[in-house]
Amino acid sequence: METSELKRSKDSVNSYESARRSSFPDEVLERVLFLLKSHRDRSSVSLVCKDWYNAERWSRTHVFIGNCYSVSPEIVARRFPRIRSVTLKGKPRFSDFNLVPENWGADIHAWLVVFAAKFPFLEELRLKRMAISDESLEFLAVSFPNFKALSLLSCDGFSTNGLAAIATHCKNLIELDIQENGIDDIGGSWLSCFPESFTTLEVLNFANLTSDINFDTLEKLVGRCKSMRVLKLNRSVSLEQLQRLLVNAPRLAELGTGLFSQELTIREYEELESALSHCKNMHTLSGLWDAKGIYLPALYLACTHLTFLNLSYAALQSVEVAKLLAHCPRLKRLWVLDTVEDKGLEAVGLNCPLLEELRVFPADPFDDEIVHGVTDAGFVAVSFGCPRLHYVLYFCSQMTNAAVATIVQNCPDFTHFRLCIMNPGQPDYLTNEPMDEAFGAVCVLSGCPKLRKLEIRDCPFGNAALLSGLEKYESMRSLWMSACNVTMNGCRLLAREMPWLNVEVMKEDGSDDSQADKVYVYRSIAGPRRDSPPSVLTL
Amino acid sequence: METRVNYKNELNLMATELRLGLPGSDDKPSIRNNKRNSPDISEDYSSSKSSSSITMPGDDDQDSPPPAKEQVVGWPPIRSYRRNCIQNTKKNKGEGTGMYVKVSMDGAPYLRKIDLRVYKSYPQLLKALETMFKLTIGEYSEREGYNGSDYAPTYEDKDGDWMLVGDVPWEMFVCCCKRLRIMKGSEARGIV
Repeated sequence: METSELKRSKDSVNSYESARRSSFPDEVLERVLFLLKSHRDRSSVSLVCKDWYNAERWSRTHVFIGNCYSVSPEIVARRFPRIRSVTLKGKPRFSDFNLVPENWGADIHAWLVVFAAKFPFLEELRLKRMAISDESLEFLAVSFPNFKALSLLSCDGFSTNGLAAIATHCKNLIELDIQENGIDDIGGSWLSCFPESFTTLEVLNFANLTSDINFDTLEKLVGRCKSMRVLKLNRSVSLEQLQRLLVNAPRLAELGTGLFSQELTIREYEELESALSHCKNMHTLSGLWDAKGIYLPALYLACTHLTFLNLSYAALQSVEVAKLLAHCPRLKRLWVLDTVEDKGLEAVGLNCPLLEELRVFPADPFDDEIVHGVTDAGFVAVSFGCPRLHYVLYFCSQMTNAAVATIVQNCPDFTHFRLCIMNPGQPDYLTNEPMDEAFGAVCVLSGCPKLRKLEIRDCPFGNAALLSGLEKYESMRSLWMSACNVTMNGCRLLAREMPWLNVEVMKEDGSDDSQADKVYVYRSIAGPRRDSPPSVLTL
Repeated sequence: METRVNYKNELNLMATELRLGLPGSDDKPSIRNNKRNSPDISEDYSSSKSSSSITMPGDDDQDSPPPAKEQVVGWPPIRSYRRNCIQNTKKNKGEGTGMYVKVSMDGAPYLRKIDLRVYKSYPQLLKALETMFKLTIGEYSEREGYNGSDYAPTYEDKDGDWMLVGDVPWEMFVCCCKRLRIMKGSEARGIV
């Protein structure tokens, strides 16, 4: 739109007629905007003028809410009347590590009630760190006749009975994606709740459920769902059973195997290898529980186009993983256990030039006696071979300032840098100096213009730090500070200065009254929440 | 605004200056007195995105040993599912399914310990023993044991009997091996 036309339509905001004369017809605009998927672009579009704001809100079908308390379901429903798909995130990230009280909040039910009234044609719901009960799952299953996709990650409060309700009632289900959750796994009978006539499932992920399922039921389900492209099994499915499933589903794009360690005859091994080799479309491979090195070659032919390989449940040695990685030239994401050691990581650097994400988990974090795992050398080796690396989670036994500086120099595009040195009190083991330089090399607190989330644990940061970021907090989604040096007075000051922020303090039993043990600060247009438990104070 | 400025000036900014190391390298104030009473004080871990890992002073705690890591809230920062997997694996391994076993060598002044879980086969184990004790054990044959070698690796099984390493399948060996002994010299050559 020409600037002058824009100005005219802005001036005559109340006059719909004159606005229509000088801009696209609404239908055209909505059609065009319907194609716009990026949230940032949509945000920009909605700010152009009132017409565009309206066209955008009427054409939006998916809404992403990064913090469920930043807005209310009523506000969402009022602004976006045609939503079909919702992504909602609730609790602060450190709830994954038990740092948030169990009854903290983020209950989905209030949202579901509003959605049932305003979005009866809702198709997709993706939840992360929300509290969801079996009753809510049942309510979901019966309230939305068009419901197609459910994805749950790091949620809690439900059991496999809730899954049974979904399987029973959602006749059009395409996706059931149950990732790592605090689920009460009562049994595997939920799988049998899919009716015999049900054939639409394309995504089935139950990898993180521990109960045995009825294999016969599973085989029949996979057999009749001809469009299945994502299948992630749990440990109860054996190698032999995997082979039988794969024969019926060669078009799988994502496979999560079951237990990968069974005594196989030569013929059984060859059959498995053959079945895997027919999976030409596979781009994601996971599962591989307790994988035995001798069976890994069966995967080689399936790895040609692999972009994501999750070996974090297979305690592989460096030689085994090196041989496997030689067959994975297109890898972008790799998750491993630290049993691969630095030598294994050298192989990553040598074989996977396109790597963007690396996560190295500890195989045995509770045993002090055993000194093994990965060190700075492994990380550095990866950085030399993988310049596109930008997302790292690294549990190691030692690190140096120089190593971090080298890594960040080799890989300038870092967005997520999560380093965990397993041995407490470890300085740079070469120079014996504190890791200050490393911190400077990666990112500085006050110098990050695009900072979205900041989470700080057990640091000597105090009120000065908390209050120095005042302007920043409105453009950030949230701030978390726990076991720092922040006081209640500091928090009260923050709450007073910034009325658009919710400042919540979680007190711990027996702690000093003036200390703010855990502080969670986030922007919100819904005001302070009314469902916080007694242990959470809103200032 | 004024309140904020005054508040800032009152603070000891040194206390909040970012330090990432052990105390004693500079005069670190006793900030930790203000912290909660829970035991997870001497831990070190990461925060996300824009901060990096911060170490906590560990030297202060020389009088009282740090608590076992499992008991510490939120440590290590891994999700419950993975944590449970690790703990279940440990439970299943239990006793005698391959853990640290003592290794003695005739003539050596002290014993060593190795983790049988680390190895997947006899050749790997033997190579490790050769490296550890700086000797050559040689090839195993069913008929002749380690004939030709000055050393023979033996182990004590669950029944208390001393057996030659290599006779039973690897998995079975790992399950029943209680300790290892590297025999030397004529005694070793006698084992066929």
